[in-house]
Amino acid sequence: MPSKINAKNVKTWQVRDRNGQLLRWALWMGAAIIFYISWMKISDQTTWYFFFDAPRIAADIGGRAFPPRWEYVFSLGKPIWDTFNIATLGTMIALTIAVPVAFLAARNTSPKLPLPRVIAALIPGFIRKFILINTGEDVYSVGVVRPLALLIIVSTRSINSLIWALLLVSIVGPGVFAGLLAISIRSIGFCAKLLYEAIEEINENQVEAIKATGASGWQVMIFGIVPQILPAFAGIAVFRWDINIRESTVLGLVGAGGIGLQLQGSLNTLAWPQVSLILGVILVAVIIGEFISAKVRAAII
Amino acid sequence: MSVAIEDYVGKRWRKPHFISNPILRWSLIIITIIYLILAIGSLEVRWERVYLGLERGWRFIVGFSQPDFTSRWSDIYEGMVESVIITVTSTIVGIAISIPVALGAASNIAPLPVYLVCRTIISVSRALNEIIVAILLVAIFGFGPLAGFLTLSFATIGFLAKLLAEDIEDMNKSQAEAVRSTGASWLQWVNFGVQPQVMPRLIGLSIYRLDINFRESAVLGLVGAGGIGATLNTAFDRYEFDTVAAILIMIIATVMVLEFLSGFIRAKVQ
Repeated sequence: MPSKINAKNVKTWQVRDRNGQLLRWALWMGAAIIFYISWMKISDQTTWYFFFDAPRIAADIGGRAFPPRWEYVFSLGKPIWDTFNIATLGTMIALTIAVPVAFLAARNTSPKLPLPRVIAALIPGFIRKFILINTGEDVYSVGVVRPLALLIIVSTRSINSLIWALLLVSIVGPGVFAGLLAISIRSIGFCAKLLYEAIEEINENQVEAIKATGASGWQVMIFGIVPQILPAFAGIAVFRWDINIRESTVLGLVGAGGIGLQLQGSLNTLAWPQVSLILGVILVAVIIGEFISAKVRAAII
Repeated sequence: MSVAIEDYVGKRWRKPHFISNPILRWSLIIITIIYLILAIGSLEVRWERVYLGLERGWRFIVGFSQPDFTSRWSDIYEGMVESVIITVTSTIVGIAISIPVALGAASNIAPLPVYLVCRTIISVSRALNEIIVAILLVAIFGFGPLAGFLTLSFATIGFLAKLLAEDIEDMNKSQAEAVRSTGASWLQWVNFGVQPQVMPRLIGLSIYRLDINFRESAVLGLVGAGGIGATLNTAFDRYEFDTVAAILIMIIATVMVLEFLSGFIRAKVQ
């Protein structure tokens, strides 16, 4: 039991022993130093006059933004419809691609297609050892399908949809289509990751039972695996749709369609009453989206 | 059993429908089809523009095979350092603010007025998109990393405080009660009765949020709030896809390292 001797020469209880305390202290100190250095960097690049002037600016902008230009809401119909379509169609496209990717990425359903011997022989020894230690498999038996599926998941997931939108605007041109593709691509990795984790957690007994009836591979999948992951699938779909509604509202800032386009236009022309109205509309859309997704998820679970 | 087995003998088994009510099922299918027709009809795809852009798309893919780190290295380096700085500071400040907010938003600890105030803070922070907050803060505080730092700190509060408050609400009451029965003060009670129970989750969530904040900091630059996003935006505007590829590779690599670290640390503390 860690203890210390206090001024009256009496042993008292304390939470940690001396080494534990020193370690904690060092960690806190390290964090404080990192924070201080980082903060100085930010501080160097900040014009502090603007910072202290901020309340006045905020009040000024607030004064210009209110009251919102209510009649502008009538010209927002089409942008809102576009935003809704980007989110909904984007989620649908993403799910259609994410399902096969998830099945290829899940350990228990991924086809065991080993690397061709010629290619495997080219892999240097230390990488081979690394794979052997981490997966317990020799490169000659490690599958190629699962790593590829995981690569798709990681690469689509780590890039924000705004960056995807930037890229796609320069490829397919500005408009709703670029936004739709950006949302779809970004959602593939997200949905596939959650889905393959659900597939890996299924109850193997049911799969075994279907197999025992003499079912083919596809039948095992449809009657043994799919019913088990269907609730998870529906939950993921609605969850991602909710996120996509939020993200599609800002895609217009980089020219990818939706209500963000109007926001960008109003900001550029300093039309603050329109900005406040658009922000209000976005807020309402986000709240409605969250409400629907919460209701649907509660109904599923 | 109400259904006699004789009814089924000799008949082929059919999979039960996902939605058993036929009216609801068919109306849902029809609504979906009508929606799809309307939505796809309102998409205006200019295929000749897409065709023209394919060449750029190809250059982008080729850019990944030979990313150019060198010619804009100083810009990339500064952007990355700024992104990391924004990430670190905003995560630390965000955690420091979200702990008291989470305590206030846990219904088993906080009195009702405090609970309502803290829950309002959380919902406001969650409802506002980071990019929109960043636009407003850039308008108020000017361009630079300060706006990005404030945006991400604000966003961290909503995320962390909500999940932490839920964990506090789920905690084991008897442990907290045991500490209280020793005559502990409120602070001691929170520190020895509540904190040890939620600490693993707090560490896991914090590292997860660090990961999210880095990803977000990569796009804040698009609206002038500092970080690598500004460099990325410039590279896109100039169609310098090899530089774009270099930046994206660095972002993906950092995200993967962070994800690996967070998985490792979370496995360790739980």
